[in-house]
Amino acid sequence: MSLLDYFRSSKKNTASTAKERLQIIVAHERKRRNGPDYLPQLERDILEVIRKYVDIPADQIAVSLEQRGDQISVLELNVTFPDDKR
Amino acid sequence: MAKIIVVTSGKGGVGKTTSSAAIGTGLALAGHKTVIVDFDIGLRNLDLIMGCERRVVYDFVNVINGEANLKQTLIKDKRTDNLFILPASQTRDKDALTKEGVEKVLNELAKEFDFIICDSPAGIESGAMMALYFADEAVVVTNPEVSSVRDSDRILGMLSSKSRRAEQGLEGIKEHLLLTRYNPERVEKGEMLSVEDVKEILAIELVGVIPESQAVLNASNSGQPVILDKDSDAGQAYLDTIKRLLGEQVPFRFLNVEKKGFIKRIFGG
Repeated sequence: MSLLDYFRSSKKNTASTAKERLQIIVAHERKRRNGPDYLPQLERDILEVIRKYVDIPADQIAVSLEQRGDQISVLELNVTFPDDKR
Repeated sequence: MAKIIVVTSGKGGVGKTTSSAAIGTGLALAGHKTVIVDFDIGLRNLDLIMGCERRVVYDFVNVINGEANLKQTLIKDKRTDNLFILPASQTRDKDALTKEGVEKVLNELAKEFDFIICDSPAGIESGAMMALYFADEAVVVTNPEVSSVRDSDRILGMLSSKSRRAEQGLEGIKEHLLLTRYNPERVEKGEMLSVEDVKEILAIELVGVIPESQAVLNASNSGQPVILDKDSDAGQAYLDTIKRLLGEQVPFRFLNVEKKGFIKRIFGG
């Protein structure tokens, strides 16, 4: 880096932005990858059922299957309703 | 027993074929009988990078279909002893590679060779899956850039679930990270993901870092694997990579900006 660059504006460090974004998306995709194959379809089906009653966008639903100990798996369903639809 | 190494990445244009050519040539230079197999059916390019495009008579699909035997099809490299190329077919038939066909050819190659390098096509279609299915080790070629890193992670998932080793419950594929087009100057300025960043995200062992280098284009222009350009930074970085692949401990080079003189530091350039 030259002296001239040094006095130029200190721009945002884009590499650290890239790293943060990657860490989030990669973690998300790994979680999905390790889940059972039927999970995405299950998510779509549940979304369809809820949509019969409430109009919610697709990204407002999250389904995850979590292994807790050797014996138990917990299916977790998270649906965020829009404010005016309650 | 032959070792099958897939060179893969998910994303296109990151340097799979350049790396396959360099790795195959490097292993042959180290005295191992090596064949590089081009799995990019329909988009054959390894022949160009290896400078043998005018010597292709038969191809991979011809061998699978029994239209030619391996002896007729394998191209012996003119510069490097112990090195052969199995060119891809230019057919547009996407299903030309069958698992049974690929297995038959790989088994036959395994009798002759120490190393079989599978140059994977980009993407996650059948060609890429065939290239990684039978692998013992994988070199995951990655650029320090968001889409390449994400795709590499995707491919790592495939390696651990869609390969023969995974399906048969064998020991998993040994995964190596090869970071290419690395620009230490931009890393220092905070404009490019660093080696450490990429290692941390992908969490696999690093086998090599190839600096962004003019030598790579010069090499492909002239159809000569860049590893033969021993004076170049990229050539030397690939030579180090081969040593690590063969189990040697070699310090990493070309990770930092070359120190400039005082005058240059003041005025830039």
